[in-house]
Amino acid sequence: MSTSTMKLKLHVWRQESPEARGGFVTYEADANEHMSFLEMLDVLNESLESRGEEPIVFDHDCREGICGTCGMVINGRPHGPWERTTVCQLHMREYKNGDQVWIEPWRAKGFPVVKDLFVDRSAFDRILQAGGYISANSGGAPDANAIPVQRDKAEASMDAAACIGCGACVAACPNASAMLFTGAKIAHLNRLPQGQPERYDRALDMILQMEAEAFGSCTNHGACAEACPKGIQLDVIAMLNREYFTAVVKAG
Amino acid sequence: MELRSKIPSGPIEKRWEKHRFDMNLVNPANKRKYTIIVVGTGLAGGAAAATLGELGYKVLCFTYHDSARRAHSIAAQGGINAAKNYQGDGDSIYRLFYDTVKGGDFRSRESNVYRLAEVSNEIIDQCVASGVPFARDYGGLLDNRSFGGAQVSRTFYARGQTGQQLLLGAYQSLMRQVHAGSVKLFTEYEMLDVILVEGVARGIVTRNLRTGEIQPWLGDAVALGTGGYSNVFYLSTNAMKCNATAAWRGYKRGAGFANPCFTQIHPTCIPVAGDYQSKLTLMSESLRNDGRIWVPDNPGETRPAGQIPEDERDYYLERMYPAFGNLVPRDLASRRAKEMCDEGKGVGETKLGVYLDFRDAIERLGKDTIEARYGNLFEMYERITGENPYQVPMRIFPAPHYTMGGLWVDYNLMTTVPGLYAIGEANFSDHGANRLGASALMQGLADGYFVLPYTIGDYIGGERPTPVPEDHPDVRRTVEEVQARTDRLLSLNGKRTVDDIHRELGRIMWNECGMSRNAPGLQKAIERIPELREEFWENAAVVGTGDTINQVLERAGRVADFLELGELMCRDALAREESCGGHFREEHQTPDGEAKRDDEHFQHVTVWEYTGDGAAPKEHREPLEFEYVPPTQRSYV
Repeated sequence: MSTSTMKLKLHVWRQESPEARGGFVTYEADANEHMSFLEMLDVLNESLESRGEEPIVFDHDCREGICGTCGMVINGRPHGPWERTTVCQLHMREYKNGDQVWIEPWRAKGFPVVKDLFVDRSAFDRILQAGGYISANSGGAPDANAIPVQRDKAEASMDAAACIGCGACVAACPNASAMLFTGAKIAHLNRLPQGQPERYDRALDMILQMEAEAFGSCTNHGACAEACPKGIQLDVIAMLNREYFTAVVKAG
Repeated sequence: MELRSKIPSGPIEKRWEKHRFDMNLVNPANKRKYTIIVVGTGLAGGAAAATLGELGYKVLCFTYHDSARRAHSIAAQGGINAAKNYQGDGDSIYRLFYDTVKGGDFRSRESNVYRLAEVSNEIIDQCVASGVPFARDYGGLLDNRSFGGAQVSRTFYARGQTGQQLLLGAYQSLMRQVHAGSVKLFTEYEMLDVILVEGVARGIVTRNLRTGEIQPWLGDAVALGTGGYSNVFYLSTNAMKCNATAAWRGYKRGAGFANPCFTQIHPTCIPVAGDYQSKLTLMSESLRNDGRIWVPDNPGETRPAGQIPEDERDYYLERMYPAFGNLVPRDLASRRAKEMCDEGKGVGETKLGVYLDFRDAIERLGKDTIEARYGNLFEMYERITGENPYQVPMRIFPAPHYTMGGLWVDYNLMTTVPGLYAIGEANFSDHGANRLGASALMQGLADGYFVLPYTIGDYIGGERPTPVPEDHPDVRRTVEEVQARTDRLLSLNGKRTVDDIHRELGRIMWNECGMSRNAPGLQKAIERIPELREEFWENAAVVGTGDTINQVLERAGRVADFLELGELMCRDALAREESCGGHFREEHQTPDGEAKRDDEHFQHVTVWEYTGDGAAPKEHREPLEFEYVPPTQRSYV
């Protein structure tokens, strides 16, 4: 096994502050095929630091594709070219010597740029605060097996619960809609028997908050599901719409 | 420093109940007059903040992440233990208690462990009620799997994402309280110090990671749910931001640090590929349920795994431990893997790896079953290594993963500083010298949902703290000290990157204070680390300014603390002249290479008291008593 090395030309979005005008800055980067994409940026950043230059700001944490912290648009694709993969799990064997790589932050009005590739995703938290929970205070819960849950319902709930809140769906959508994210939480909770008492209030409150944030509407492009690193399907948006209409009818 | 463990008297199964009855209460109408500061939003911190909010306290909750949903609890894969005995295979609270004490190699506190086992069942109930989509069988009831160190099936799971689902459950409860106004959540705020007023914890100092503003927050009690310190090794399975700063600031303000050398090296991680490596990735140890671990018989074997015939493979765990086989506890699995590599039988390019093979399981159960059980882990493995584990065996190697040591706490989870609590991985209390699989999630949620909300009420009800003015000299002084330290870090204009210094610290820690330790190596590390620390404060390169996001500054502050903690870990490892659990001293082993405990001299918690920079810390001891599980040589044969 020999390790192949490569030189890349990176065009990276640098932006000092939310108000400042940003622009692409070009860097030469060295990498080898075993590195992750973020490790390639680490190496570049360390060389910038040792020259006294400010490194590229990008957020990241677990580097296992589960915390949802990382995210950047690579050559036009949120999280880069690999399907169902966060950018921290993208590896350099995808690239070859001489490749040009354009790296940008999530672009969406609902996610203002804070610095370089780091964006503000607090809108997602506010959507969940509006109703993305089951009201069950600690203590006094009935025995966990008191309510059996049909296996396929539990599985469908888990499919939606896999969302990591990274925001790639919004970044991919031409309208910067947050319906895949919002739908995923509604589907996770509303597919379970425990979620039934608050089912319609939850849908209504979360959707109202989603609309109050600067996200656009869904026009069924499906780019969100394609970009989703966790494979959340468009059926959660169908469910969101269904829950919303029923909620509106019930609310009179 | 006085160590009063405050363990209630009476039969162990009645202690927690009796203790709760004896507690001071805070009138529901009075709770809103008290402010509790919770740092960290992982399983322990998030669950505690949400529950305290539900109870009616005013809660200020802080995280350095951009959202409370990002804490590293999210990455736990395998599951969470509880003594439900839903499988009818002989489990009970007592057995979970027994397994945990034994698994911890008799270095944990019996009463705390019993309480943990006791509340484990409530945790599952609470999680199901709040919508955690645990795996279920075809009848719709909860499913279980087995895990290392146990012979019963007591682990609840949500595919390979149990930590994620439990954390999202706690996060959702927290979001509900934020919406209700009982919890004020501060994201992108890093805690940089504890404020003590007249010796009592009354607040914290934070830095706003976006604006750089340094400011105090005051309250009536402070709880740290700030996780463990495996990143002292540079490479670990922890997330990149995980750090010891909050706990270390607590230590430097007078909280005893217990058993810092008790670290867990997890046996099933993806091996290191190169110098640029930023972190290590864990593969859930649930893989050991169906995967078989082996190395080639011949050192220097060059054939690919598939071409090595059956009779030239050494399934060493099955050979050495016929009863537990591949499911021995983590410390044993890790150490045996290291030995195989030391003998030259390691596999892969670096020879630092062993095979974890699913060939037989796929033959027996079919690919679909294996995919249903571990599909996401197999995918993750393939993304990172480019190899398909359905076709070739995985390569695994041990990596630092969890720290059993942490801030010393009494039965109420209070540190030696009055009013300062430590919960979850940040404290030391429940796992002794080795943590069993699927117990970290259990402890985080136990502390957060079911222990701290009671014990903090007892403290508030008993002490009835009165408000501290913001301009109190102790408050001002602490803020000034944090400002001065931040300025000093920003002034470092040297040649060596912060990461490079951290990498060197990591190498020292891994070589001298990792899977096996010896006195000369530890002494060498105790000499070398202060030199490295000095180099850091002279030659580190901290670029950028303090009034904006500055990730170099953030890392520099954390590395500066690791450079102090690393030394304390080595001192602790040197002082503990025995082997137990994850702490293996080469001088103390049985003829067949197993850890040799010395109960006569070391059946205690070692608690270190800070005595000033550059001064040797003072050692204290909390003796451990075993009334219910008599210490025996651990045997998994």
